[in-house]
Amino acid sequence: MATEPISEEVVGSCVDSHGSAIGMPQLCFDWFPNQIFWLVITLVVIFLVLSRVALPRIAAILAERQGTITNDLAAAEDLKAKAVEAEEAYNKALADARAEAQRIAAEARAEIQADLDDAIAKADAEIAAKAAESEKAIAEIRAGALESIQVVAKDVAAELVTALGGKADADAIAGAVEAQLKG
Amino acid sequence: MASETTAAHGAAGAEHAAEGSSLVFHPMDQFIVKPLFGGDTIAWYTPTNVTLWLFFAVLAIIGLLVLSTSKRAIVPTRMQSIAELAYGFIYKMLEDICGKEGVKYFPYVMTLFMFIVTANFLGLIPTSFTTTSHFAVTIPLALAVFLTVTVLGFVKNGAGFLSLFWVSSAPLALRPILAIIELISYFVRPVSHSIRLAGNVMAGHAVIKVFAGFAAVAVISPVSVLAITAMYGLEVLVAFIQAYVFTILTCVYLKDALHPHH
Amino acid sequence: MEGDLAHIGAGLAAIGSGAAAIGVGNVAGNFLAGALRNPSAAASQTATLFIGIAFAEALGIFAFLVSLLLMFAV
Repeated sequence: MATEPISEEVVGSCVDSHGSAIGMPQLCFDWFPNQIFWLVITLVVIFLVLSRVALPRIAAILAERQGTITNDLAAAEDLKAKAVEAEEAYNKALADARAEAQRIAAEARAEIQADLDDAIAKADAEIAAKAAESEKAIAEIRAGALESIQVVAKDVAAELVTALGGKADADAIAGAVEAQLKG
Repeated sequence: MASETTAAHGAAGAEHAAEGSSLVFHPMDQFIVKPLFGGDTIAWYTPTNVTLWLFFAVLAIIGLLVLSTSKRAIVPTRMQSIAELAYGFIYKMLEDICGKEGVKYFPYVMTLFMFIVTANFLGLIPTSFTTTSHFAVTIPLALAVFLTVTVLGFVKNGAGFLSLFWVSSAPLALRPILAIIELISYFVRPVSHSIRLAGNVMAGHAVIKVFAGFAAVAVISPVSVLAITAMYGLEVLVAFIQAYVFTILTCVYLKDALHPHH
Repeated sequence: MEGDLAHIGAGLAAIGSGAAAIGVGNVAGNFLAGALRNPSAAASQTATLFIGIAFAEALGIFAFLVSLLLMFAV
């Protein structure tokens, strides 16, 4: 069909006078040099742009991002290690403080115990002394009381004898009272 | 179908006038190359709509890969992450298939991928011209890959590159036959490589155009619009997948050149 | 008459597109079956999937191309 007559104002042998394609435009070899020429220019331009500008730049961006991520990860790792260290130090300080506190508490307890023991001992001694004194006093009082009783008894005896109409002989009464008291 | 073919044949003017009111299909007209600034002839240097859309592709690539990354942000903007995604996607593909030695050819592969993917997507803009739908564009691309791979294979491995065709894992009696088959399949590579891309893109665009032709009939125009929408969605997928496939096949061929031993 | 025969041929060639569709469906279906059986290996094989689909698809595109050639270029 491509062999049909073509009027003179037609663009080429592949298009009819109405602007429609004769046959397949893809097989119009009149246009091949033009298309190939511009295609080669396009490809060369694209290749130059890509290999000189775009691809190195994108590669640099990706590498930079990779570097940033790696650095950030390393920094995070560092910080994590530091945090672990700090926690360890904290725990150690805490344990130390606890031990110190226990030591101080034990010391204080021992001191207090010693003081207390001292005080108890002193108090015991004092109490013992006081008790001895008291006993002595009691003994004195008892002795005093006996003497008083003798006197009172002699007096009472003498009075009694007198009252009964007897004649009170002081020596006899004294002897009798003493004999009675001893008995 | 009859009216479509007569219209598409686009023969004599009288025929056109006669069918003015009926269904008119010109599915291939979108692929016509026209001079940009008027004129009749298309010489090899004439700026045409091909030139225009190739230029747009270059602009899009510069905008996507150069301007978006101009800030070199550590935390990427949206456009910059697209650029980085494309970079990582192709880089990983190349490294997975070709290994460490393949990384040297990364700018080459990236150029092919970026050109095809932007040209495909620009072609999806209504009334645009799809450069990758032309064999004149895809055949040089495929031939470039073919020649690069062949030259590279012989430069890297010398005559050892021919062991690509000598399947040493096969029984000895079968090897000559396999060698012939391998040789044929090797030379068919650029053909299938280029026709796959252009054919896929052209097919989708032509089918959309055929559905658009049906839209002239009021009764079926809603169906036609739905069909165009569905096809367009498929074409968006195809635009990316064909660029991906072209690139991955380039990587596979490159691997053959670097490690020809089966 | 010659053109009519070409159109019939174009229609016949378009059957190839359907055959390619069967092929692509086969590839994708088998991939899915395998991927569901061993999901961990699926991600590493998507590239193979796309290459397989592309090869199957390419033959359909060839059929389509033959059809187009018969329609427009013969």
